Amino acid sequence: MAGNNNIVLSVRNLTKTYRTAGEQVNVLRGVNIDVAAGERVALSGESGSGKSTLLHLIAGLDAADGGEIRIGDALVTKLPDAGRAALRRIRIGLVFQQFNLVPSLNVEDNLAFQSRIAGRHDAAWQAELIDRLGLGALLKRYPEQLSGGQQQRVAIGRALAARPLLLLADEPTGNLDEATADDVLALTRDLVAHTGCGFLMVTHSTRLAATLDRQVTLHAGLVA
Amino acid sequence: MRRMFWVLAVLLSHWRRHPMQLATLLIGLVSATALWSGVQALNQQARISYDRAAATFGGVRTAMLVGRGGPTFPQKFFVDVRRAGWPVSPVLEGRIQIEGRSFRLLGIEPVTLPAEVGNAPAIGRGDVEAFITPPGQTLLAPETLSDLHLAEGATPLVSSGASLPPLHVQAQLVPDVMVVDIGIAQKLLNRPEQISRLLIGKTKGPREPLEKIAGDRLRLVEPDAESDLERLTDSFHLNLTAFGLLSFVVGLFIVNSAIGLAFEQRLAVLRTLRACGVSAVMLNAVLVAELVSLALVAGLIGLVCGYFIAAALLPDVAASLRGLYGAQIPGELTLRIEWWIAGVAISVLGALVAAATSLAKAIRLPVLATAQPQAWQQAQHRWLMLQSALALGVFVVAALLLRYGDSLLAGFAVLAALLLGAALILPAMLELVLHLGQRFAQRPLATWFWADSRQQLSGLSLALMALLLALAVNVGVGTMVETFSRTFVSWLDGRLAADVYINASDNAQAIAIKNWLRERAEVQAILPGARAETQLDGAPIEILGLTDHSTYREHWPLLQSVPDAWTRLRPGDAGFVSEQLALRLKLAIGDHIELPAPGGNWPLEVIGIYADYGNPKGQVAVNIAALIRHFPSIPQTRLGLRVDRNQIPGLVSALQEKFGLDGRNVADQATMKAESLQIFNRTFAVTAALNAFTLGVAGVALLTSLLTLGNSRLPQLAPLWAIGITRRRLAAIELTRTLSVALITALFALPLGLLVAWCLIAIVNVKAFGWRLPFDIFPLQLLELLGVAMLAALVAALLPVARLARMQPASLVKVFADER
Repeated sequence: MAGNNNIVLSVRNLTKTYRTAGEQVNVLRGVNIDVAAGERVALSGESGSGKSTLLHLIAGLDAADGGEIRIGDALVTKLPDAGRAALRRIRIGLVFQQFNLVPSLNVEDNLAFQSRIAGRHDAAWQAELIDRLGLGALLKRYPEQLSGGQQQRVAIGRALAARPLLLLADEPTGNLDEATADDVLALTRDLVAHTGCGFLMVTHSTRLAATLDRQVTLHAGLVA
Repeated sequence: MRRMFWVLAVLLSHWRRHPMQLATLLIGLVSATALWSGVQALNQQARISYDRAAATFGGVRTAMLVGRGGPTFPQKFFVDVRRAGWPVSPVLEGRIQIEGRSFRLLGIEPVTLPAEVGNAPAIGRGDVEAFITPPGQTLLAPETLSDLHLAEGATPLVSSGASLPPLHVQAQLVPDVMVVDIGIAQKLLNRPEQISRLLIGKTKGPREPLEKIAGDRLRLVEPDAESDLERLTDSFHLNLTAFGLLSFVVGLFIVNSAIGLAFEQRLAVLRTLRACGVSAVMLNAVLVAELVSLALVAGLIGLVCGYFIAAALLPDVAASLRGLYGAQIPGELTLRIEWWIAGVAISVLGALVAAATSLAKAIRLPVLATAQPQAWQQAQHRWLMLQSALALGVFVVAALLLRYGDSLLAGFAVLAALLLGAALILPAMLELVLHLGQRFAQRPLATWFWADSRQQLSGLSLALMALLLALAVNVGVGTMVETFSRTFVSWLDGRLAADVYINASDNAQAIAIKNWLRERAEVQAILPGARAETQLDGAPIEILGLTDHSTYREHWPLLQSVPDAWTRLRPGDAGFVSEQLALRLKLAIGDHIELPAPGGNWPLEVIGIYADYGNPKGQVAVNIAALIRHFPSIPQTRLGLRVDRNQIPGLVSALQEKFGLDGRNVADQATMKAESLQIFNRTFAVTAALNAFTLGVAGVALLTSLLTLGNSRLPQLAPLWAIGITRRRLAAIELTRTLSVALITALFALPLGLLVAWCLIAIVNVKAFGWRLPFDIFPLQLLELLGVAMLAALVAALLPVARLARMQPASLVKVFADER
């Protein structure tokens, strides 16, 4: 693990419980994780182990019941909705399995979207991202005109355009064939190394998890 | 701010990629705003005219002094009151007849006339001299001049034999009013040194108390905010407003449908925006800003369309108001700034109301739920139960209003509640029918047809609700108009029982005509008639003098009467009252009324109630001899004749030739009936036009819903195409489905429409106009409307179906591609 001064994500004793149909499900029961700057961590575990829940809590998409999440110097668990939204804009990049691009914007606008609303748009960095992701010929296309791999590359570019502290990815290769998945992940690893941000990826694939710096496995709501 | 701009840009980019959806939204908003603003423009135009009429030389809008003892008082009070510091100006008012037509004559004194007296014609300094020095001028509206078929400068003769000063057009004047110098008016009206009222200017200064100057001879009348015309025409304008509101609501159905579907399609984008760091507050603020921007654009376009609609309908509205109430509305539209502001505001407000549910969903939008286009439709299903419960609640409110409400507004509220309840319960009814269809379907494709129709219902239900409302109102109003039409025609047969009607230019000519007619063999009876005007219970009424003759006995449209009523009418101590007067004063047979007459109050027993459709004033019918005894100075210039039918044209020509009468002075029964029916038809022309607009808007709602749904239908249709059902067959199935749900809706609309008709006839008409019509059903008319509804559905369905039939296989294959 990297030294404390490089930590971009710190999760301490995190708990989350869901109540469904009168039943209480303890999804997370005191999770502790750290991710350092430039570190690439795979988060795996069986279905229902709480991987996605943990990722959503870190991203501030959902609120934890107990414990602490710190991204840089921001204490996510104490922030209101607007504060968590600001954190997502500026310090977090999010990549989803379903790509979640804006279908009415072309590739160029999708790439620039988050950095623009974060007020951190950097044309030179965007041009470099386009080049590194190999999207130069696709800039005027719309998401529906792209393949799955191309869409995910745009999503990764969008997530990194605002130079976040932390890149979070929820099964980013789940919708891609093996070769495309390898390509996309290789690109992501390079970009993370280039930008120096932390990278936490939820994945079912032990093969892909093995390509990252470290693997964390969740089991029954705890880090195994 | 920049952040908001970028979020707004993302949201707006949706419309760029879905122009049809944007068009739907704008069409809905434009239709809603246009129809509402058009109706408001008509109402505003009419109200401006009423104001003008009310303010002309001291109408009800000006404070004034009037005599206590009679219609006029001595002119010396003018001098006394003015010397005492009151800024007063004298006016003499009366009626004159030119060529048998009656006009209101106003005599004014332009030098003392207060500048602030309403919209008095501006008599410039240079014009005052021409107005007051011989021969003077007669100011009149351009419409009056053309009515008289005279040119400016003409000096027509009045019935007394005197001639008017040269005619001079003043555009600001209301029609049928003539203005002369007060000295000339006193001569023409034979009222030397008499005045009707003293208008009071607003100049402040020391004034002596009125009692000290004039004792109890004069009375101060404060200005009234509302004129008689406004009161009379309120119900007409309320009707127009109700139609405008209905069209507005139907338009909002389109907006609601478009926004709901856009929200569904943008659900994933909204979640992505939230995931990218857009806060819920900002997202909702931007959604509202987007909607307001679109509403502003649509509002402005809608206002322009509204202006054209109003301009197109104005002639009919003006004719209706003239025919029904004698209100004079100019044919040109003048609009105030308030109209523009109100129009844009209603567009924005309407858009926000229509989008309320979508915005509420956006506020509660959970960031984590994965985007499910079907979730919206499933949620609609849950709403079905809630909607039905709400509908039942609304029906209960309608029943309570029906039982306890006692006003025109309550009548409209019953209608609104009925329509709203029916619209709310429609999806549940359709669901029930489609469920039954699915249960009894045998073949797999049929089962799929019914099941798929049920699934589509949520997307179509708003458009179908709009269709239901438009159809029900069409059936309701159509039935009411048809009922009214038939009743009116048979009523006209009774009221216009004489064969020829004559209106002599004065009493002397009337006597000469009567003498001449007595020599004519073809004339079977001469029936003199007369009318007087008075006030009863604070409102103006007409007293009609009828000759005791079998013509009236056999035809007069009595609704209720005592036995041998016509004989009881003869002595002059009894009268018939019109239905609307009986309703207003709660009069029944055997009640007594007292009519103010020049010689004192005239007591009458009510011995009959008769139909008097289309007359805003109350009316009392009495024996003509009794009327002349109580109102000796009324003109006796009206004559009705019974003539051998074959001899009518010859007699009319002979009368015209012998006495210089024209079409306005002598008319046969057929012409009179045709003119009355023309007024009647124009009255309902506006209603019919708004009806057609509403149905058109409902058709557009259906079309736009089908087009919007068309794209999201692919995942349901592609598997069927894949298993071997041709695109043509799929298109035919889609067409059948649209026509089926439209037919079910239309069949539901028919009984609802009849209920609406009953409400209009039994509640709204009675409160608005004071008469009740019999309730009849016209099956052919219902079938015709059913056909129109199906045609509208067919037209609406054709474009999306044609698109499906011609769809490229690649588009269908895409559904199965991994990339989707």
